[in-house]
Amino acid sequence: MKKLALLVLSLFMVMSFAFSAGAKTLKVGLDADPVSLDPQVQLSGGMLQLSHWVFDPLVRWTPDMKFEPRLATKWERLDDLTMRFYLRKGVKFHSGNTFTAKDVKWSFDRMGKSADFKGLLEPFEGCFIVDDYTVDIKTKKPYALLLNMATYFFAMDSKFYTGTDANGQPKVRILKIGESFALNNASGTGAFIVTKREHNVVLEMERNPNYWDKNSPGNVTKFILTPIKENATRVAALLSGDVDFINPVPPQDFKRVEKDPKLNLVMINGGRIITFQMNQNRNKALANTKVRQAIVHAVNNTGIVKKIMKGKATAAAQQGPEGYMGYKESLVPRYDLDKAKALMKEAGYENGFEVTMMAPNNRYVNDAKIAEATAQMLGKIGIKVNLKTMPKAQYWNEFDARAADIMMIGWHSDTEDSGNFSEFLMMCENKETGYGQYNSGYCNPKVDELTIAAQSETDMKKRAEILQEIEQILYDDAAFVPFHWQNHAYGAKKNLNLKGVLNSQNFPYFGDLVIE
Amino acid sequence: MFAFIARRIIQAILVMLVISLVGFSIKDQIGDPVRDLVGERVTPAERAEIAEKMGLNDPFFTQYYRFVKNAVTKGDLGRSFLYNKPNLEVILHHAPATIELVFGTALIIIVISLPLGVYCALRPRTFLSRFTMSFSTLGVSMPVYLTAILLIFLFAIHWQVLPSYGRGDTIDLFGLGWWSTGLLTIDGLRHLILPCVSLSTLMLPLFIRLIRSEMMEVLETEYIKYAWAKGLSPARVWMVHAFKNTLLPVITVFGVQIGIMFAFTLLTELVFQWPGMGFMFLEAVHRADISLLIAYLVVVACLFVVVNTVVDILYGFINPTVRITGTK
Repeated sequence: MKKLALLVLSLFMVMSFAFSAGAKTLKVGLDADPVSLDPQVQLSGGMLQLSHWVFDPLVRWTPDMKFEPRLATKWERLDDLTMRFYLRKGVKFHSGNTFTAKDVKWSFDRMGKSADFKGLLEPFEGCFIVDDYTVDIKTKKPYALLLNMATYFFAMDSKFYTGTDANGQPKVRILKIGESFALNNASGTGAFIVTKREHNVVLEMERNPNYWDKNSPGNVTKFILTPIKENATRVAALLSGDVDFINPVPPQDFKRVEKDPKLNLVMINGGRIITFQMNQNRNKALANTKVRQAIVHAVNNTGIVKKIMKGKATAAAQQGPEGYMGYKESLVPRYDLDKAKALMKEAGYENGFEVTMMAPNNRYVNDAKIAEATAQMLGKIGIKVNLKTMPKAQYWNEFDARAADIMMIGWHSDTEDSGNFSEFLMMCENKETGYGQYNSGYCNPKVDELTIAAQSETDMKKRAEILQEIEQILYDDAAFVPFHWQNHAYGAKKNLNLKGVLNSQNFPYFGDLVIE
Repeated sequence: MFAFIARRIIQAILVMLVISLVGFSIKDQIGDPVRDLVGERVTPAERAEIAEKMGLNDPFFTQYYRFVKNAVTKGDLGRSFLYNKPNLEVILHHAPATIELVFGTALIIIVISLPLGVYCALRPRTFLSRFTMSFSTLGVSMPVYLTAILLIFLFAIHWQVLPSYGRGDTIDLFGLGWWSTGLLTIDGLRHLILPCVSLSTLMLPLFIRLIRSEMMEVLETEYIKYAWAKGLSPARVWMVHAFKNTLLPVITVFGVQIGIMFAFTLLTELVFQWPGMGFMFLEAVHRADISLLIAYLVVVACLFVVVNTVVDILYGFINPTVRITGTK
């Protein structure tokens, strides 16, 4: 009898699939799925992607790096420290609660308690309710990036997350390890409502029928996200038609996806710079500016982009990519082997020297291959490199210990602004302020001074000048070895209209996706 | 007898302690789990605070004692960092997928290797026999990973007849919440085919060869000759007299190999994004989920120790000499 019931059930399931074929289902294969449904538990790409599907920020980036009103309809600067946001009316959360200024303040305050996000909120004084649909956001000092930060202010449903859960614990709490209410429950204003979540297996969402954005062209009714870790399997799933969209596409498969008549390969410029840092405290040869310049001249990063990245990355000579405020056009890659050798001679290292080098092998696209190529290139100017590559789970501990003379690090600016690179990678390491957290051994007080000055400069023209000056100093100093800005590589079926959906932040706005 | 059983159980407990100790001592080599839980801009101070809360900074034996105490008194093997659920629940949740994969593979092996092995023994000189034998060498020498990719390329991409990854539709069995089965839906069965076939390529040649050689050996024995002399029909000689005796060693090997097969699902599960225990294990290694790794090690060890202990004790009942040597 039980068998019969199961048979009927399975038949029913098969048939229900056939009936729902008219609806627009989007199947997505990514390399990982969000670790939680709590948008404030982890500051990572995956969690921010989810936030853009299930929640809405006050403002968001458009693909051409402008601010687009979302839950805030407009904003104005009241004084040096205050920005007033006017909120959208008539917006409902998934739970049915109405969105008001209270939710914005509540979410802002909760964010300040999250280990991951509190660093971002450091410049802020707080969020103040003016009336039901107006808030003032204040900073401690004049802060140039207030709007950039507003892209992180996702509104959570304050009523929904208030009270105690089944275990008698407050629903508001943020827990990295352990059962919290927000881990498995979400109520946002976003285009999708989570219907099923099995971590590392599947995340299913359905279109929010009461979505406030009536202008959104999006027509996806069901959105199924499967994490597919193995590169070959992810590409195979796309080629076989089992999924409609994948990210990332590994470089070795660019051609395959491109050649397939049913598929598109879409490349979007990303802001993540890949660099090697040279530790001047560990190796005294690297403290010599001429030696560092020689190294930068010896590394053919344009060649690496061409050969290893298959041409789908942008060779770099500075930290921030084009479009960022600090971008200086005159700074270009400077591969020149003869000059590199001459510089080594000038520095008195004609016979070369030995260095240790470390890089991860599963963190950035082709990271280990880039490191191997670099080791060879440095060999040509007499620098003997002892290279060690390892999985990221082990690499970060080594990085924290500054365990090698030359170490790889990639960085994407959280604020989409040039200053952020210097704050984390180039400012002198300072345990108290947290500046230079990922700087292994470059220190120039002038860079520190300029970076701090740029933070509170609200005159954008002056600010651009400061940021460009920083890039110039780092370039002349050969403060780091620049490689390239990684591109985001997406593979998608041709019937997906990705216009306005993809952006350099790698937050695909699937709410606006049209399946033709 | 009682002393024998008691000693066996004490030995089993000792083994468990040693295994968990070994698991604990390698855990710092895997990597830092806190790194995987936080974004890159979280300060070292914050990370240290999280590690402190997770109890990762405690001395080795404090951590070990806590683990053993919780395991023994509450049956609690800790909480997975990656899945954010109790480890036992995570392992239990992933077990059915692997069991079904191994079950399907075993089925394929039995259905194909038995008739082929017997045929090759009875008609060693035919084309089919020679073809089978040379083809099986190829099967043994090809890594599962490659076979799997090749199968995906042919059946999922080129002909597009079978799905490329995952388990497809599953049904929650008995309403338990953790045993989800793909055996009862058409979609689930379709998803099983490629992983099972690629996993079976590893063992299938072995069994064909084993059955063939065992059968050939049996056919040479005296009692088979006697049976022929008695004038029995070929079907009776082959199937009743020869085949039955062939099966004895084959079944023994099969039992051992099924156990080994659980270990080999690792690569197959990775390639097919099959959410079983092998996949879970690899994820835990990659993401430095040391808590889950130790729990998995302990659960697997526990299974082996319990089975072995029970077998030993049963042996003691069946064969008293075991017991006697045990008490000397």
